[in-house]
Amino acid sequence: MAGQSYSIFSVLREALRGHSGWGPAWREAEPKPRYDAIIVGGGGHGLATAYYLARHYGIRDVAVLEKGWIGSGNVGRNTTIVRSNYLLPGNIPFYETSMKLWEGLEQDLNYNAMVSQRGILNLYHSDAQRDAYARRGNAMRLHGVDAELLDSAQVRRMYPWLDYDNARFPIKGGLLQRRAGTVRHDAVAWGYARAADRLGVDIVQNCEVTGFRIEGGRCTGVETTRGAIGAGKVGLACAGNSSRVAAMAGLTLPIESHVLQAFVSEAVKPVIDGVMTFGAGHFYISQSDKGGLVFGGDIDGYNSYAQRGNLPVVEDVLEGGMALMPRIGRVRLLRSWGGIMDMSMDGSPIIDRTPVDGLYLNAGWCYGGFKATPASGLCFAHLLARDEPHADARAYRLDRFASGHMIDEKGVGNQPNLH
Amino acid sequence: MRLACPCCGERSLDEFTFLGDASVTRPDPSADDAAGAFHAYAYLRRNAAGPSDELWFHNTGCHAWLVVTRDTRTHEILGVRLAQDVALARTGNRKDVRETSA
Repeated sequence: MAGQSYSIFSVLREALRGHSGWGPAWREAEPKPRYDAIIVGGGGHGLATAYYLARHYGIRDVAVLEKGWIGSGNVGRNTTIVRSNYLLPGNIPFYETSMKLWEGLEQDLNYNAMVSQRGILNLYHSDAQRDAYARRGNAMRLHGVDAELLDSAQVRRMYPWLDYDNARFPIKGGLLQRRAGTVRHDAVAWGYARAADRLGVDIVQNCEVTGFRIEGGRCTGVETTRGAIGAGKVGLACAGNSSRVAAMAGLTLPIESHVLQAFVSEAVKPVIDGVMTFGAGHFYISQSDKGGLVFGGDIDGYNSYAQRGNLPVVEDVLEGGMALMPRIGRVRLLRSWGGIMDMSMDGSPIIDRTPVDGLYLNAGWCYGGFKATPASGLCFAHLLARDEPHADARAYRLDRFASGHMIDEKGVGNQPNLH
Repeated sequence: MRLACPCCGERSLDEFTFLGDASVTRPDPSADDAAGAFHAYAYLRRNAAGPSDELWFHNTGCHAWLVVTRDTRTHEILGVRLAQDVALARTGNRKDVRETSA
């Protein structure tokens, strides 16, 4: 165990001596010639995988290879929402495991990730939508997940300022998950990195994988910009670029890469204390502790690796915001940015072996990757360590598209830009 | 990003909708390996980081299907053709189409 534990006492001690005693949170590791396991991708999922491999499965000879700096991808580009309000049996236990891991994350990692269970409210505007949310809420409760179906009077007590009697989209109520909320996303990457590092995991930054060593159908290591590295097992956790990386191992994936934009406004006084989604458009919003309104909407809808989007979707998202909350009309937009999503063919992720022995895949997170980070790490670590799927991730097979066992929450079929 | 429709000229992106990779073609359902070929056709994508051929529909314009060649890393538009012309060229001389769209 390297480094110091964080506590109220260490904070007070450092406050008294001008914060001169803090060391780096993780080592600047040089790659070794060989590891038992290599994780490609130093984002939330890759770092979480390395942490759980070391923590729960006793595999500590692990390297996380990151082409840029850790947390430079989607873990720092999302709208920080965590929730487990899913519908289908393949998804609910997995996301609920994730929700439970979020609830104990800070104590587990000894790191302040600002986990805030402020609740998520999905508004409905018609009888048909109410039925759909009643079904979703019932599915959640059958799996032991908290869900409450609110009518408009109950929603009015939470948010009296919404436009309940709007002629076109009246607010009839909402589906509330109180345990859902937000988590400081960069702290998730840093917390997992620090905790993994303390268990002996090497975090190697500025180390891009440029190829795979495959001998007799088995992956025995990777080629990188910092030399070849041997490995007992290689796990890919590079969503956004999964197709590009897997192609180097000769694989073609059921995935398209799409850009999703997100937005933050200037800081304003507290206006919204939970997470809210608009049911008549695609718009979700919460307020950061600094006061900025953090919100987003649909993906742009065309393949992209550019990490930036175009103006029509900016307009569409802001129109959704204005329809839901006309009061934000004079708030100025501070920033917008884009992240690259692995949009899978059924809208659900993949955690599975690949046709190449020793090469494992964690991909296809669409735009639900952030909330899945802890469970994704746990289940991928389980797969890497035991060579069999974790009980909560059995449905996330790579071959489900050939066998017909799709997990299509929205029921739109093999059209990735509609999921 | 603006697309130059061969019929209507350069238009805003919000006039168009995106379908997907234009390089996939419907396999022969009577072939021996039809099940595998249809799996690849329906689900597997090259998802190139770089120039790639895509099917777009000019939804609020002339209703033409287009094959747009676009660099997915930069959103630079490298060419726009009528999908009809591409399909006719493909049935006429399949090899030539592959070469120009590679």
